[in-house]
Amino acid sequence: MIHTTRVTAERIKQYLKEGKRFDGRKPENYRKIEIEKGISAHAEGSARVKIGKTEVIVGIKMSVGEPYPDSPDKGNLITTAELIPLSSPRIELGPPKFNSIEIGRLVDRMLRESGFIDFKGLCIKEGEKVWTLFVDIYSINDDGNLLDAAAIGAIIALFDTKIPKYDEESDKILYEEPTDEKLPLSKEFPLSITIHKIGDYFIVDPTKEEEDISETRVTIGGYEEIVSSMQKGMEKSLNIEEMLKVLEISKKVNQKLRKEIEKYI
Amino acid sequence: MSEQERKVVIPGEIIVEGEYLPGENTEKKDNAIISTRYGLAEIIQGLVRVIPLSGVYSPRVGNIVIGTIKDITLKGWLVDINTPTIAFLNVSEFPRFVNKGSLESFLDIDDIAIFKVIGVNSKGIELTMKGRGLMKIEKGMVFEINYTRVPRVIGREGSMVSLIKQKTGCNITVGQNGLVWVSGEDIEKELKARKMIEYIAENSFISGLTDKVNELFGEKNE
Repeated sequence: MIHTTRVTAERIKQYLKEGKRFDGRKPENYRKIEIEKGISAHAEGSARVKIGKTEVIVGIKMSVGEPYPDSPDKGNLITTAELIPLSSPRIELGPPKFNSIEIGRLVDRMLRESGFIDFKGLCIKEGEKVWTLFVDIYSINDDGNLLDAAAIGAIIALFDTKIPKYDEESDKILYEEPTDEKLPLSKEFPLSITIHKIGDYFIVDPTKEEEDISETRVTIGGYEEIVSSMQKGMEKSLNIEEMLKVLEISKKVNQKLRKEIEKYI
Repeated sequence: MSEQERKVVIPGEIIVEGEYLPGENTEKKDNAIISTRYGLAEIIQGLVRVIPLSGVYSPRVGNIVIGTIKDITLKGWLVDINTPTIAFLNVSEFPRFVNKGSLESFLDIDDIAIFKVIGVNSKGIELTMKGRGLMKIEKGMVFEINYTRVPRVIGREGSMVSLIKQKTGCNITVGQNGLVWVSGEDIEKELKARKMIEYIAENSFISGLTDKVNELFGEKNE
């Protein structure tokens, strides 16, 4: 996969000036989103999310463990992302690189800081036993915007999760016997919106071609106008006016995207 | 497997047994011809060859390719043409006189240009820029298609490419390495040409593709 060339970058910017993008979208529109729930038989909850050609699968696994000393009555959450070499010619096999660590961290922070999961509801016995949630993200195909796809996948997979039966006496989890009990989740789920700046223009959901020439990006996790997590990536800076504009776009896109995803829950 | 019939083979698959000659992407083992690539096998006058359907582009002498300048050395430019090894353009193969001290004023790093392959050997891949249509790309857009679909995009004796050129008024160069350069009056026309090329690359197996492309173009013109 070639890096977007300078001439093509020029054309993308020219076209953005007219408020258009190569695939006919507006700057603030997402590509077509396809969501599948319960794709894995062995995970407690799972989801496959496709945004255009970008594809991500997310699985939730649950186990019982000890709580952390600073939160004896709260469950644990561990989020990891793995970028599979098959999903893009640019991804190499080996220990996790910056990109995959960042995706894991950002999804983790979005879930944790928004108060989406009621961690107290995951407590079995205070100070001794709590549920641990593993959110595992795998990239299947990378055509830009893996981050937002991973975040949507995590939300859908968490909603899909059925808590397995736990036998307290023998300290065993009976994975084959899922209960009908769902996770203690808030109906007001967070979303992660990544806004990229190309030239003087802001876009969401870039394709790989656009992502290559993005100068800076801000990822905002939260519910509509509530910002619960934020991260800025790449070298270039943003001034105050631009930052306010980013927040405005994030709010608008968050509301719109929410309607699309709500029907899968 | 009879002559002229094509079949899909995978690496290691026995294509045919008997007195045959191994051609491109095949190997002879004992009495059998084995495929080394995933692709379409064909037999022409006892010669077995496999036309790959996926994988990495391997350059051949005479190919027109599009590449990006990756580095500048004392004797020329290092060019990425989508191959596992990097290609080399000697200063003497540049169409104009180049002062050895100022190579970057002619082709700088990240510049993109059209080249021709003049040598593939153990030392590497050698390119030239001397020839018709070989030049630095200054405007338009460059995108990538699967290189195995390039023959289909070009069409028989260039019929498909000239059809798109004629319908959109764009200048099109299809590199054998799968990179395509489209340059036209405005972006709309370039995008239209790009859409058609991508359509052909994705639907290259459909028979009567030229008619279909013509049809689609007709609809879009109205």
